[in-house]
Amino acid sequence: MRNTRFIEIAVGLFIAAGMAALFLLAMQVSNLSRAGSGESYTITATFENIGGLKVRSPVTVSGVRVGRVDAIDYDNEAFEAVVTLRIDKAYSSFPEDTSASIYTSGLLGEQYIGLEPGGSEANLVEGDRIQMTQSALVMEQVVGQFLYNAAGKSDE
Amino acid sequence: MMLDRLQRLGRAGIGFFERLGRAHMFLLSTLAGVPGVLLRPSLVIKQLYMVGVLTLLIILVSGFFVGMVLGLQGYNTLSDFGAEDSLGVMVALSLVRELGPVVTALLFAGRAGSALTAEIGLMKATEQLSGMEMMAVDPMKRVIAPRFLAGFISMPMLAAIFSLVGVYGGYFVGVGLLGVDDGAFWSQMQDRVDLHDDILNGVIKSFVFGFVAVWIAVFEGYDSVPTSEGVSRATTRTVVHTSLVVLGLDFILTALMFGD
Repeated sequence: MRNTRFIEIAVGLFIAAGMAALFLLAMQVSNLSRAGSGESYTITATFENIGGLKVRSPVTVSGVRVGRVDAIDYDNEAFEAVVTLRIDKAYSSFPEDTSASIYTSGLLGEQYIGLEPGGSEANLVEGDRIQMTQSALVMEQVVGQFLYNAAGKSDE
Repeated sequence: MMLDRLQRLGRAGIGFFERLGRAHMFLLSTLAGVPGVLLRPSLVIKQLYMVGVLTLLIILVSGFFVGMVLGLQGYNTLSDFGAEDSLGVMVALSLVRELGPVVTALLFAGRAGSALTAEIGLMKATEQLSGMEMMAVDPMKRVIAPRFLAGFISMPMLAAIFSLVGVYGGYFVGVGLLGVDDGAFWSQMQDRVDLHDDILNGVIKSFVFGFVAVWIAVFEGYDSVPTSEGVSRATTRTVVHTSLVVLGLDFILTALMFGD
């Protein structure tokens, strides 16, 4: 058996390494470092079709990530999807007539919401609803439309 | 004839539940011994060295290689879809959620668990445990509890080190050798790995596995038949049972944590 001092130093190093590994996993690997200030506000938007949008999908403006999708519900009366967006407090000056669209990153990538700010003076605040929205592009519909048009042309 | 078989089945069943009951009673008295051990940390530190520090090397090496394999295989699959930028996500999620806790627990059972069982079993076979009792030293407090506590503390640390080293192994192969973009590797990973959902659940898993692995190891040692054959059987049982229980529990925990 080696002496006590060596063992204690080795155990100290081991525990320090374990703690450091946990800390690094939290900081380097997970989303903790990008959590922002933590303060946020929510706005809602209704879409006819949200395609493959999921809770925690990103919300971007000009390609910059400003928040994420907090919840997705279905409105039984309007027959529409209601998406709740959680936006960081740091980005709190979107005009009231901001529009929201659902895009796909890359050909097969995940779907996200892109906001396009309008020109209104008043800003969106907590609980507001975005009026202008554009649904997700569903691949089958696009292909179907294309085939339909192509068939129509060849008939002429 | 038929009745004989039935009797044998019944005996096996009763034996199984008897052992299960003994294991739980043993766990209770071990846990009762833990607070007393905290007053004498030197016992735990020595066991932390035996159980934790000496396991570190195998964890580091296996973690790195598992990460490298994930990087290589993930790259081959993902590049078919033009999604090699997601390599970081794949490597990190596989390690943090599953491979980190599970492989660490399996290695832990092989490296530390078997040693614990053999040590305690031999103590029993050479009547050191009864000797302690004769001197009014409670072996549960003096021998079992420090080993239990050391194993329970070591496992999450080892699992975290395994995952971290594995991520760098994947980084080494993916970014260093195969040319995945450095920024995409990390940013996609940080985008998709959640602190609470993924990392914390992985840590909870490693705590559970550590608890079960070290419980089986010390119990098998303490409950072994005090002969050389008995100790060897107990050591084998430790590794086999720990592996089975860890893999089974992993499925249940995964279904509970990531099921929806």
